[in-house]
Amino acid sequence: MAAIEQDRELLERIRAGDKTACDDCIRIHSHSIYRLALRLMRDEADAEDVVQETFLSAFKGIDRFDGRSGLSTWLYRIGFNAAMMRLRRRRPEFVPVDTIDEPEGDLPIPEALVDWCLLPEQELVRAEARAEMERAIGELPPKLRAVFVMRELEELSTGETAQALGLSEQAVKTRLHRARLLLRERLTGYFAAGASANL
Amino acid sequence: MSHEGCRHLLAGLSDYLDGEASAELCAEIQKHMADCGKCRVVINTLRKTVELYHRLPRPAFPDDARERLYKSLELSGYLK
Repeated sequence: MAAIEQDRELLERIRAGDKTACDDCIRIHSHSIYRLALRLMRDEADAEDVVQETFLSAFKGIDRFDGRSGLSTWLYRIGFNAAMMRLRRRRPEFVPVDTIDEPEGDLPIPEALVDWCLLPEQELVRAEARAEMERAIGELPPKLRAVFVMRELEELSTGETAQALGLSEQAVKTRLHRARLLLRERLTGYFAAGASANL
Repeated sequence: MSHEGCRHLLAGLSDYLDGEASAELCAEIQKHMADCGKCRVVINTLRKTVELYHRLPRPAFPDDARERLYKSLELSGYLK
């Protein structure tokens, strides 16, 4: 069934008070909302709370869903807002991801110039390297992190990410590019030692 | 990456890797890469970075967390 039709059918059932529809909705969407929350909150318990808040809020406010975006995009938006609220409560000085477009400034200039692409596959995917990759996501500026997670890891389109975050498509593209450059720099620093040893 | 020509191409690299760059930009980047070892490294490692992130494991919403979610939503009867 096409996603739009699936959404429409699910929404009708949720609105009609069909609890099996809520169950279906959670089954379909909870994993992706959890992964977004986990990457934003960097804490499993907090991520679980965000998922809980997302579905509570979505089911209560299901009549506010106007169908202009997909159900999944709408849930991402609720989940993202819930995560931002929690981060703000955790650290009042926290500056949330700007949902308005703003000048991005200069791009980060690549400085690490070691070619680590030919490292053995097992080096690139070992647990320690993956933990470093996760840490690197967590240390991205929040305004880049949400875009990177949605576009690169959850594979939302540029348009869907823009809708979920209230950004223009151009801002999504620019932020994704900045995030990639920062992560490349970080991974190059990490893999450089291994690459030098293999030369 | 200090050369002005390299910096000029930097903004278009994601479009290039995603196959969204214009034919003109693709040709410009490929021509530049043929002569610039530093940019070759940047583009290759940027491509590899994206590829490795695409292959990161995708954690699932844990079963015990789902149980707690269903309780909070009064959906426990639907847990399978």
